Amino acid sequence: MTTEALPRNGRSLDLPERAQRSSVAAIARKELRDAIHSRWFWMWTAAFAGLAAVLAIAALPGSRIAGSASYGRTAASLVTLTQIIIPLMGLTLGAQTIAFQRESGALRFLLSHPVNRTEAFWGLYLGTSAALTAASFAGFGAAGILTALRSGSGEAGSFVRITLLAWALLLAMVGLGMLISTLARRAAAALGSAVFVWLLLVFLGDLGLMGTAVATRLSVSALFFSTVANPVEAFRLAALASFADSFDILGPAGTYAADALGSALVPVIVTILLVWVAVPVSIAWFRFRTRQDL
Amino acid sequence: MIRIRDLTKRYGPLTVLDRFALDVRPGEAVALWGPNGAGKTTVVRCILGLVDYEGTIEIDGLDARTRGKAVRNRIGYVAQELSFYDDMAVTDVLDYSAALRGVPTDRVRELIGSFRLDEHRSKRVAELSGGLKQRLALAAALLSDPPVLLLDEPTSNLDAHSREEAIELFEGLRLQGRTILLTTHHMEEMGMLVDRVVAMEDGRIVTECAPGELAERLGLKVWLHVTLRGGHNTRALEALETAGFTARANAAGILVEVSAQRKGQALNALHRAGLEIEDLEVWT
Repeated sequence: MTTEALPRNGRSLDLPERAQRSSVAAIARKELRDAIHSRWFWMWTAAFAGLAAVLAIAALPGSRIAGSASYGRTAASLVTLTQIIIPLMGLTLGAQTIAFQRESGALRFLLSHPVNRTEAFWGLYLGTSAALTAASFAGFGAAGILTALRSGSGEAGSFVRITLLAWALLLAMVGLGMLISTLARRAAAALGSAVFVWLLLVFLGDLGLMGTAVATRLSVSALFFSTVANPVEAFRLAALASFADSFDILGPAGTYAADALGSALVPVIVTILLVWVAVPVSIAWFRFRTRQDL
Repeated sequence: MIRIRDLTKRYGPLTVLDRFALDVRPGEAVALWGPNGAGKTTVVRCILGLVDYEGTIEIDGLDARTRGKAVRNRIGYVAQELSFYDDMAVTDVLDYSAALRGVPTDRVRELIGSFRLDEHRSKRVAELSGGLKQRLALAAALLSDPPVLLLDEPTSNLDAHSREEAIELFEGLRLQGRTILLTTHHMEEMGMLVDRVVAMEDGRIVTECAPGELAERLGLKVWLHVTLRGGHNTRALEALETAGFTARANAAGILVEVSAQRKGQALNALHRAGLEIEDLEVWT
């Protein structure tokens, strides 16, 4: 084979503006395409959609599985499922994004193109987030359709609010996963750290806080703000608030929060969740831009 | 075309490049040669902006630190092996690379034809042989028709046939007048590929010369493993020691230490002693 068919064609070497604009989109599209072609995507999608559908059927009125129940039971079940599965999906896949590509050499290949680190980072973040959004929306979609079919669309607004809160939690977890990914030296360490953070946020944090509260006689206000500082708890409280009439189910801290913050309670919790969406991913972006060994 | 001055790279207390300097003229092909850990790949990573560094790097007059994207648009980079997009099809890899370079898809079709990848276009990267992967990597590197090619150990993972094919490709690119900077630790292929060799060790330049002069300059030695017809190892050892060579016998033949550029002298000594060589291997 010769390369005679490859004469220098004299095209301009100044990067077209179109290319600069579309780099982020091209990287995001590739991440999304890779996700859709991968086994994990369909595994997560099927698991989440399947479980959400089962919960929706089990909790609906007239169901022979769960007996009489209300929309509130479907929503509460979905919130519990979401607060376990969405952080696991977001953290583990966010943690893999950069660390695995760095280890395989894919990141070096990407950055050998006329692409800067900011474009590469946001392309990877948007692509991963888009793939996980599709997977989680499939779950909510399945549950929503079943709920609407069986009990009408009267609570559609509440269901949409829970879906949007779950989306915010997902974006926060992807950002946190990518932060882990930029800090880790090895892909396996990134994945291990992501699982540890998931355990911390979903199980250990809650238990630790309860233990601390008992041991140190933590004030109710400190207990409340310590609770909502955890993005998973912030999601849970905001989601419960979207369909429950009162915060009594949350105990003294919930009652305190409702009394102290009144109508500002939900906006405060949602703001905390949005801070979790913005801050970890911003730190990850900064770390990615300044990291020496890519 | 490539101008590097005082390039220094440290990882903590370890200095992997120490005031490295290099000029590569337009159309010139230069090899960075040296053992693993000499700093060859680090030079390539600095040029691509993958690591930060002290000193200056200019490509086509542009500062690699401040004009990184414009610099990378002038560079085609070929890594050791395209092993990281295993699940992507050949055309998908090229389409992706073209999108990142702002190159129209016509160019992808053109390069698929030029690199004889037509019949493999739908195959996944994982299904390609080492030689085909290298062809694909080179096609991706040439999408924007860059004047500079960076080839990082481009033949190290290839079998003999694929290596021969790759060398033929690289020769073609060199004849087109592209500026080529390649890293290698294979001495034998440099003569065919480059005009000049820069030998490196511990992040520093040891010597610069034409490829044919390198072994002599560095006093490099290789071992010849010679099998003689009818045995006669004792006679062979006597003949070689008389001619001034260090040699020893093993179960299959004899091993002779020779200068990398003077292998024929040892064979002549055996020939003069009336010994017939049955087989020969070069051990580096």
